[in-house]
Amino acid sequence: MINKNDTPALARRLRGHALRMTGKSKSSHIGSCLSIADILAVLYGQVLNIDPQHPSWPDRDRLIVSKGHAAAIVYAALAETGFISVSELDSFQSDGSRLSGHVTTSIPGVEFSTGSLGHGLPVAAGLAFAAKKSGALWRTYCILSDGEMDEGSNWEAIQFAQHHNLQQLVAIIDYNKIQSFGSVEDVSNLEPFVDKFKSFNWNTIEIDGHSHEAIASACQHISRETKRPTVIIANTIKGKGVSFMENRLEWHYRSVNDAQLLQAIDEIGSSS
Amino acid sequence: MRNETIEALTQYARANPDVMLLTADLGFSVLEVMRDNLPNQYVNVGVSEQAMIGIASGLALAGHRVAVYSIANFPTLRCLEQIRNDVCYHNLPVTIISVGSGLAYGSQGYTHHGIEDIGIMSMLPNMTVTCPADPMEAIALVPYLLDRRSPSYLRLGRSGEAVLHKDGLRTPLPEPIEMRKGHDIALLATGAILGRALAAADALKEQGISVSVYSFPVIKPLNMNLLFSVANAHRAILTVEEHSIHGGFGSMISDHLCEHNIQCRIGKWAIPDTLRMKFGSQSFLLDQIEPITTKALALL
Repeated sequence: MINKNDTPALARRLRGHALRMTGKSKSSHIGSCLSIADILAVLYGQVLNIDPQHPSWPDRDRLIVSKGHAAAIVYAALAETGFISVSELDSFQSDGSRLSGHVTTSIPGVEFSTGSLGHGLPVAAGLAFAAKKSGALWRTYCILSDGEMDEGSNWEAIQFAQHHNLQQLVAIIDYNKIQSFGSVEDVSNLEPFVDKFKSFNWNTIEIDGHSHEAIASACQHISRETKRPTVIIANTIKGKGVSFMENRLEWHYRSVNDAQLLQAIDEIGSSS
Repeated sequence: MRNETIEALTQYARANPDVMLLTADLGFSVLEVMRDNLPNQYVNVGVSEQAMIGIASGLALAGHRVAVYSIANFPTLRCLEQIRNDVCYHNLPVTIISVGSGLAYGSQGYTHHGIEDIGIMSMLPNMTVTCPADPMEAIALVPYLLDRRSPSYLRLGRSGEAVLHKDGLRTPLPEPIEMRKGHDIALLATGAILGRALAAADALKEQGISVSVYSFPVIKPLNMNLLFSVANAHRAILTVEEHSIHGGFGSMISDHLCEHNIQCRIGKWAIPDTLRMKFGSQSFLLDQIEPITTKALALL
């Protein structure tokens, strides 16, 4: 473990773990992992009010990763923040492992099992609704993919959250512009994306999803917002940090071979 | 039975402030008792069944027990994956209340016929599946299911179902309830169709056939001990349900008997696997199916 407040270093560690995990297990979704590395580093390093020694502490913040296919880097974040051991990451997607390819609650620190898209935000809205009803102060964060915004269930939840003024709900959208089988623009264009959320009466913040200062600042900005749910539309790059993966759809599916892993690790500067 | 159920739920929720009721914008003339008396425990989430199950799951994660309410297929098939992944995968205390199951909304057409739900709900792990025959069973099921603090399905009729247990339930839930005792054939019924099963038993008795009738308010898990003794004590079993003939109560009974190598002649009275474009009342549509008595006699 490292000083988690050093979020750039944490992000490098997370990228390195995810590359090694998906490479060893020959599994998919490394591009999706890399695009949220910085978001996870800032959330786990600076933002989330959580305690690895007490994963079920009632007043903790909740994070639901609705894009559950980014499991490798979520597990890496949980390992680096002390919920599970770093050595367990080696078992990712191996026979008998508890680290499956989509996040599951069998891992301490995972709030909700996801994998099918469009499930996380309604659940997060339910959590935020419960917190509001009880007067609790904890927040519910939900990380979604951009392709996932095609799912109608998300828009049902977006409507519900604004109607009930769920100001403790924060959706963070990994807007890397590439979905499963094409670009967002070509498959089902989300633009004008910011305006969509504004018209749904959400507090809407657009940032560079790789700027740690911007991510942290956006979360601080939410503190001043008292009436509405917040969405942080994080402009990201699929495969961020590895030159041959950036903005390449195929790295939703491929995994690195040994030579590619060495190059990728070298580029992101995470040697262990 | 829907009004009696919601009155029972309201009573339970009054004593248990963690209990909430969500509706997807249905419940006119039914849910007002909960809405008006316990407004902090009631939410109309709008016409959004998928989000309703997700929201219910989020509330359940935060410590609530949640009942969700809608018509026939809307809180089941429309949001099936949310029930599977959000509720059952996490074993959350969410009770799905479906009103107007079977052919209760007869003349409204196939969109409103809930005739595949028993099979689908029963396949889900952690899910308790129940189907009351009358208001007495429905009222008893409310605390039974909420006390379990796990996923459950309450399959209701609509309104005006006759009270079949005039002296209360003879056996406590989840046991099947013996309604008639005989030795030739046993009719095993679930849901309000029990009324027709009892009428069929009376008609068969006039023909000299000795008939047992059991009501199964709890379908999953099934009471295996009773099933084995019934199979051994009768020449045949006929299951009776207002559900597709495939995958429902009768299929479950058959599966269990087969799995445990119980030799028994068995038949299923259920809704045939056809889409009929003839519309009519629940009673009219049920009358289109071969009579229970005919089916029973063919087994003997």
